[in-house]
Amino acid sequence: MPPVIDQVVGVRTKASPASVKRDAPVVMIPTPPRERELRLDLLRGFALWLIFIDHLPQNLLTWLTIRNYGFSDATEIFIFISGYTAALVYGRAMRERGFIVATARILRRVWQIYVAHIVLFTIFLAEISYVASSSENPLYTEEMGILDFLKQPDVTIVQALLLKFRPVNMDVLPLYVALMLFFPLVLLVLQRSAGLALALSAGLYGLTWSFGLALPAYPNGVWFFNPFAWQLLFVFGAWCALGGAKRMSRILSSPATLSICAAYLLFAFYTTLTWHVPQLNHFMPHIAEQWMYPIDKTNLDVLRFMHFLALAVLTVRFLPKHWPGLASRWLRPLILCGQHSLQIFCIGVFLAFAGQFILAEYSGGALVHFLISVCGILIMCAAAWVFSWYKGVAGKGGSRAKSADGDADLAGGGA
Amino acid sequence: MRTGLASALIVLAASSAGVSGCADQPKSCDVPAYLLTSDSTLSRVASVVKAGGPLNILVVGSRSSTISGAEGEAYPVKLQAALREKLPGIPVNVSVELTPRKTAGDVTPGLGKLVAARQPTLVVWQTGIVDAIRSVDIDGFREALDEGVTALRNAGADVVLMNMQYSPRTETMVSMNAYIDNMRLVAQQRDVPVFDRFAIMTRWNERGEFDLFSPVHGASLAKRVHSCLGRALSTFLINTARINSAEPEARRQ
Repeated sequence: MPPVIDQVVGVRTKASPASVKRDAPVVMIPTPPRERELRLDLLRGFALWLIFIDHLPQNLLTWLTIRNYGFSDATEIFIFISGYTAALVYGRAMRERGFIVATARILRRVWQIYVAHIVLFTIFLAEISYVASSSENPLYTEEMGILDFLKQPDVTIVQALLLKFRPVNMDVLPLYVALMLFFPLVLLVLQRSAGLALALSAGLYGLTWSFGLALPAYPNGVWFFNPFAWQLLFVFGAWCALGGAKRMSRILSSPATLSICAAYLLFAFYTTLTWHVPQLNHFMPHIAEQWMYPIDKTNLDVLRFMHFLALAVLTVRFLPKHWPGLASRWLRPLILCGQHSLQIFCIGVFLAFAGQFILAEYSGGALVHFLISVCGILIMCAAAWVFSWYKGVAGKGGSRAKSADGDADLAGGGA
Repeated sequence: MRTGLASALIVLAASSAGVSGCADQPKSCDVPAYLLTSDSTLSRVASVVKAGGPLNILVVGSRSSTISGAEGEAYPVKLQAALREKLPGIPVNVSVELTPRKTAGDVTPGLGKLVAARQPTLVVWQTGIVDAIRSVDIDGFREALDEGVTALRNAGADVVLMNMQYSPRTETMVSMNAYIDNMRLVAQQRDVPVFDRFAIMTRWNERGEFDLFSPVHGASLAKRVHSCLGRALSTFLINTARINSAEPEARRQ
């Protein structure tokens, strides 16, 4: 999406094996960005805030989140930017130090994400056990059955470690683990031929839809975010980072594209409006409904993907790279959050659990609810600030000088 | 803040209106009109009411269709009372078939036989919660609903689908949305009305009508909620069947 490439010196690789094709796309491998692309950090920080708010029960702030105004939501932003930054960082590692080293580094990242997921799972388990065993409201005898899964801890916990059993709201990190696990291969193909990689990815997406590929979940069903489908967004992000965005820039900035995107966003906005204001339903043709619904989040519905693309196009157009606001103090917290995404994501999930817990145990009025949301965001910002400070201090220690590793944060994506 | 003010106003308005209301009816549990009607209709119910009854309704549901220890105060009983009140002169019977801990897929195979045995005019099928808790495969859920609705219809009954209760304490632990959406989808495709219990209770909670958050309340909260649900459901049925409740009043002459 954002032409980071503009500021990045493109380096031509040696001719790829397919050197026969003279017009094979030139592979642009970015050298380390001198200055970070703050827009990425900003948008990722924004997505993190939205994910936190969406994980809390409905409240006033929920109305600020984009899922209420269109088909796609923060998850799309997140996965795309994660793919984008992963390609920037590990792409460089792969070019400079080879496939093996880059793979090792990616796998280390996978491990970090996995561990983070397991920690969150443990916290969730503690919370759910407490809430379910302390409640006696006869109105909700059924809902308390959520603890049933603990009747077979041997099975459940093993399934959780295998990432097959995941409670609500804990689906993003496993998706990220799956995507990163295959990223070395993706990156390899991307660097040989970006177009081929994208085509393969789109092909897999198509196969997923026609043959219903999915990963099984426990106790039944499938992964909430189907990695076979969501990889499209991740690979697309990586493709954009490695030169795709630049190639598309002329199409992207044409007035026709912009107006199509705007029209589509309006259509999506109207459609979502009919969900919240059912009276409007009469103005939605029945045939359109039959055709559109259900809009499948699990398999990254085409409508969602298009919606994200349209949003991205308009964002790139109206949020210029050198927008002075990016340096403003007010956006600093968002940017900081975006720069430590895995940590902040986990803190966000944890805070959402804690928030739910407070709401559940000490009854929540709208005001308490609002305060919890705001405090959560403040804590996330403070934590991000501490991480930055620590990184700065540790960086001054000097000798480590592993700039590339330091930047793994940038690629972290944290889901 | 604004919702707080709004709900304060509503409570005020409702309590002043409620003075004249019947005593056992809770102060206010009003539901916006769009949740009390449907584009789909209930033709069998309409013709039975026109013919003067009897109107037999069968509620097929999980444990949230009853209150343990206070079965007589659960919404099916309240529904029967409200319908008898609104449709004077027409015999109304509401019976309940509980299917605790059963998913839609578990219940579906028996539905045809059930209707054949009981001969209801209308089946209110309350389902989805067990499926959501066990996170049953969503496509399987949709297919089961679809088969169930078809079986009920073929056996000669009108159908109303009812979705889950809204439970704020567990809201973020059980993900309901996909199941609610798919129920709505089946309803749309089969042209069957949905009684959106989830939306109604969400609204009550938001407006401060009931403190659904509270962990312990004895049965009194449950009783009040069920009473309101029963009344809302009766209005929903009458509106959806397009019954002019003044029309069948033979006693007026």
